Amino acid sequence: MGDPLGMAITHAVASGMGGMRAAGDLVARMQIARGMRIDEAKKYVADKLNVSVRDLTDPIIMNEVRDDLGLGILHPNVRSPKCMEAKFNIARLLDIEINCVNRFKEKASL
Amino acid sequence: MGKIHTRYGDGSPVELEESEVMRDLENGTQDAAERGNVPALSKEEIQHLFDIFSSPYRFVGVEPGKEIVLSYDGTPIKLSRTQVNVDRLQCLQIYEKLLGADTLEMGYLDYSFKPIKSMVTYEQPLIEQILSVTTAPVFYGAMPNLPLYTQPDGPFPNPAELLPQGKIEEARASYEESVEHAVRDIVYVSSALYECGADAIILDTVGAAGDADYLASLKATEVLKEKYPQMCVELGMAGEFVLGMHGEMTYNGELLAGMYPHEQVKVAEKAGVTIFGPVVNTNTNESSPWNVSRAITYMKACCEVANIPVHVNMGMGVGAMTVHDHPPLDMASRASKAMVEICRLDGL
Repeated sequence: MGDPLGMAITHAVASGMGGMRAAGDLVARMQIARGMRIDEAKKYVADKLNVSVRDLTDPIIMNEVRDDLGLGILHPNVRSPKCMEAKFNIARLLDIEINCVNRFKEKASL
Repeated sequence: MGKIHTRYGDGSPVELEESEVMRDLENGTQDAAERGNVPALSKEEIQHLFDIFSSPYRFVGVEPGKEIVLSYDGTPIKLSRTQVNVDRLQCLQIYEKLLGADTLEMGYLDYSFKPIKSMVTYEQPLIEQILSVTTAPVFYGAMPNLPLYTQPDGPFPNPAELLPQGKIEEARASYEESVEHAVRDIVYVSSALYECGADAIILDTVGAAGDADYLASLKATEVLKEKYPQMCVELGMAGEFVLGMHGEMTYNGELLAGMYPHEQVKVAEKAGVTIFGPVVNTNTNESSPWNVSRAITYMKACCEVANIPVHVNMGMGVGAMTVHDHPPLDMASRASKAMVEICRLDGL
């Protein structure tokens, strides 16, 4: 229940990491793949991206970092890695298994 | 002494004296401490909550660096309820690109594993398409919803009819059979979606039908983790303590009935749950300071003993959020900030 403005957007603005605007999806991946708690997950991602933990929620810094590393951004250019392509790069950079990436490779005989 | 604008648990506005806010904060934590047998909040933590509630701003947020990860339940249903006519794929794109979502959650309108089982072949191609056009992790969520296995919706006698007749053993037998069927359905559907590439499975509103509902979810998690060791399972609860509808169900020798969040998370860990979502129910007759203080007392105790990420449920009517379809931003943002800053939690 609850309308998205009152619930999802409120939490995203008050406490969230910003998703793809910043590095929220990447930190979430470490909880999913390794069961890391928040501080460990943030540090792991920050180290891999060579940024500070505080930078992880900064959309200006993270947009540039994500664009440079091909991790997917909100407004991708024509040649920017997007979606599945970006997830290939995320899996490699974070050194994790991503289920759909592995299945894509398997089906495409990569 | 000034007045503080705040809310009741149902969201209706109220102005309280500073002393009344402080009293409610102290009473809320005391209530949780006594019921859950957990430590009450310290004076410093109560003062921090008071500072949050006495802030004059309409919206507040956590200090930079304390942000946490967000996961969701019933995401596509939210847009359907508000009659925004987009398909589920576009719904998840909206959450990813427009709402700052850290994770995405795909789910069916009839949000239970049993009805999904018969049409899961229609869910599989859709989640494959979603995974090909999104970047954030995609969860698939549904509820164990044990009542669907009892008459008139399912094959087994209805405990709600048997219990008033004093047929305790028959009711217990019905719950036990329902558990086995629910485990099979949860494993079937979760396997089907995971094999299409889903990043994680969410078992949502667990325990809504009591200890049998919780046991089914724990057993299903155990089977899934055995089958797919890498699978992420998020288990989100329905209430603050496990109702003993059966009363004698155990997991690994632990009686499930009556467990509070700090106990629930330990059995969840044993079952192989990756992310745990505890719940504290909102009391509509009490003020928001009372509800926030009470909810945080339970959640802090849960987070302190957890070895896995904890995503506290803060949707409508839980985690001190108001029981209203349109949560007021002043209250929702205060509850969000307070929960994140005082508990050592990993997500909401």
